[in-house]
Amino acid sequence: MLNPSARYFIPDPSTWPITGSIALLCMASGAASWFNGWSPGKFILFLGVAILAYMIVGWFHTVAHESESGQYNKQVDVSFRWGMSWFIFSEVMFFAAFFGALFYMRVLSVPWLGDLEHKLLWPDFNATWPATGPGIKDPFTPMGAWGIPAFNTLLLLSSGVTVTLAHWALIRNDRNKLIAWMFATIGLGLLFLACQIYEYGHAYSELNLKLTTGAYGSTFFMLTGFHGFHVTIGCIMLTSILFRCVAGHFKPDHHFGFEGVAWYWHFVDVVWLGLFIFVYWI
Amino acid sequence: MEAAHAHHGHGDHAHHPYGIMRWITTTNHKDIGTLYLVFSLTMFFIGGLLAMGIRLELLEPGMQFWRPEFFNQLTSMHGLIMVFGAIMPAFVGFANWQVPMMIGAPDMAFARMNNWSFWLLPVGATLLVASFFVPGGATAAGWTIYAPLSTQMGPGMDLAIFALHIMGASSIMGSINIITTILNMRAPGMTLMKMPLFVWTWLITAYLLIAVMPVLAGAVTMLLTDRHFGTNFFNAAGGGDPVLFQHVFWFFGHPEVYIMILPGFGIVSQVVPTFSRKPLFGYSSMVYATASIAILSFIVWAHHMFTVGMPAVAQLFFMYATMLIAVPTGVKVFNWIATMWKGSLTFETPMLFACGFIFVFSMGGFTGLVLAITPVDIQLQDTYYVVAHFHYVLVAGSLFALFAGVYFWIPKWTGHMYDELLGKWHFWLSMIFFNITFFPMHFTGLAGLPRRVPDYNMQFADFNFISSIGSFGFGLSQLILVYVVVKCIRGAGEKVSDKVWEGAHGLEWTLPSPPPYHTFETPPVVK
Repeated sequence: MLNPSARYFIPDPSTWPITGSIALLCMASGAASWFNGWSPGKFILFLGVAILAYMIVGWFHTVAHESESGQYNKQVDVSFRWGMSWFIFSEVMFFAAFFGALFYMRVLSVPWLGDLEHKLLWPDFNATWPATGPGIKDPFTPMGAWGIPAFNTLLLLSSGVTVTLAHWALIRNDRNKLIAWMFATIGLGLLFLACQIYEYGHAYSELNLKLTTGAYGSTFFMLTGFHGFHVTIGCIMLTSILFRCVAGHFKPDHHFGFEGVAWYWHFVDVVWLGLFIFVYWI
Repeated sequence: MEAAHAHHGHGDHAHHPYGIMRWITTTNHKDIGTLYLVFSLTMFFIGGLLAMGIRLELLEPGMQFWRPEFFNQLTSMHGLIMVFGAIMPAFVGFANWQVPMMIGAPDMAFARMNNWSFWLLPVGATLLVASFFVPGGATAAGWTIYAPLSTQMGPGMDLAIFALHIMGASSIMGSINIITTILNMRAPGMTLMKMPLFVWTWLITAYLLIAVMPVLAGAVTMLLTDRHFGTNFFNAAGGGDPVLFQHVFWFFGHPEVYIMILPGFGIVSQVVPTFSRKPLFGYSSMVYATASIAILSFIVWAHHMFTVGMPAVAQLFFMYATMLIAVPTGVKVFNWIATMWKGSLTFETPMLFACGFIFVFSMGGFTGLVLAITPVDIQLQDTYYVVAHFHYVLVAGSLFALFAGVYFWIPKWTGHMYDELLGKWHFWLSMIFFNITFFPMHFTGLAGLPRRVPDYNMQFADFNFISSIGSFGFGLSQLILVYVVVKCIRGAGEKVSDKVWEGAHGLEWTLPSPPPYHTFETPPVVK
């Protein structure tokens, strides 16, 4: 064995990146034409999504193979840790943009619309949160915090515990417990998603709360929607890790694929806490 | 020996497909750096062509060539293409070529993702250029795509939104790669405070990119849902606010302008010591100044929006915070000058561009200080004074630094010296025509000529005529660069030594010129 830092790993030339680029070209052009009323655009969009899915599966398969065949040394492992940390930081900033929009509306733009000079324009507008804005008269009921959302908080926090238990099992090389706790984590994640789908249905059918319901509807659905999208991604990631666990991948001292997904899952968890406090609760 | 041989069996040789597939599938930082630079040069000429279209219309008063909405498409797309297609990818190209060689790494940390970072750019560029040909044409809302203009336009706007998403993803992946490479792939002994300043500036730039590109993605996503799915982020009737877009956009946009200049500072900090034959004056203060600029860049964004109406205390805060940036920037300028002080100076083309950079960039910095003063800015908002200011820092700043970098490193990359006489012509013509183009804009701006308007009052005719002539000259001068670069790549020009420049220091100058396909597979030891 050479000194680990004396031999670097450089992957062979690969066609996965260009496949991903073609996928994104299809997705962007398909979506742009579909959104502007050319309905065949949606087939181009779905084609792009399919190509992207194929690319992601293939690319990560290659990565898993390289890892399991022992090509990744300690330095590559550290690189993955840095890379995942910075990726999660970029995701934090993406959510920060939407939280920023929420705070701006709640603290600034909605109160401004209800101030003295705007009273002339919109005498009936009541600028207390949750608000739709003066131009949208459709009445709605805001989403309460202590029903499904509180239960969802419990689900996600427990899933953070189960993924850690799975991690401990992996470190002890207790494969049965590892797989069981991974199952539990994915189950909790899927249950969360099911609850959220029910909640959306409830909002649309009974609360008259829609994406188009002014400031409140926009921020509510965009924040929880992007979070739900990230939970979905997280579940897919966890499932692929579960398959790898079942296939006997990972060692007690070499399993960053697992850890990276666990980090991501905790990140999704923390974002939810922000949502629960600022979107649902106060 | 046995082990060393087995090691060579895997990654040491130039083992790659040939022809077009080499470039499509490559995981080599030098190949990818070349792709970035060729792409950015191409986009530079497309963006330049749009600029020529703008200046053609403004050659004389009255409407000559374009419909007003097409003129606005030209200005918007000129900005988007130059920022996201030309300047940013060019700096990433430099990072790809230089960072591994400067820190003694064999390649980038994520060599395969590096390929995707590049190959997303042609996708974004295709969407942008294609948007000219969809119904309603390209976006005409300016490169800042302010709501509510941008919530109203046709499909071209959606293509621009998706292009920004994709190019943003490219930037984020590229930055994660660069930052990880710098933090984890340095040769033994290459401590952080021994890194070349170009590497330092890129480390900080990559951090800025990862922090703000997702915010831009958020902003354009809100735009997209406002346009097509009935959200009300930027619609006052729905409780939102068009000004919200400006806040989110400039939270990205102001760090973005430092993203486009900090690596330029890095290049100049490599060039000036080389041709002064002295070490860089105040290395650590340069590092701290760069970091200070980056931190301050997050708390000055509203100086782009003084006219939208905000509390006086906010105006004062953003004014003073903006002025504070002049301090670390001044530290840098004085350090460059102190490096030259009593140096054994020669003025080859890279040094000419670096000196030109220091002089003209400082002028752009001063007009920036003028614009930071809130009451003055309220007078000058959206006039040609602003256009003059940001072209002084972006063209004579970022672009001249890029030119300095090209002339500085192309002998290393190709193994052949560029044509010094043509390089000098390129510098002097660029410098003179640049000032002919943009200096008069200070006067027209102070006199009240608004930007992004295809026609103007007779009183501005002479200055606009001068600007247009200057811009055509500037555009044509850039063909010299293409000729010089192509000559170098084709192997004309004398062979250069490993060190290339007498005063050169750093790991990249210990490698052969041109460097082999894979370098530093066994890390060098830095003392």
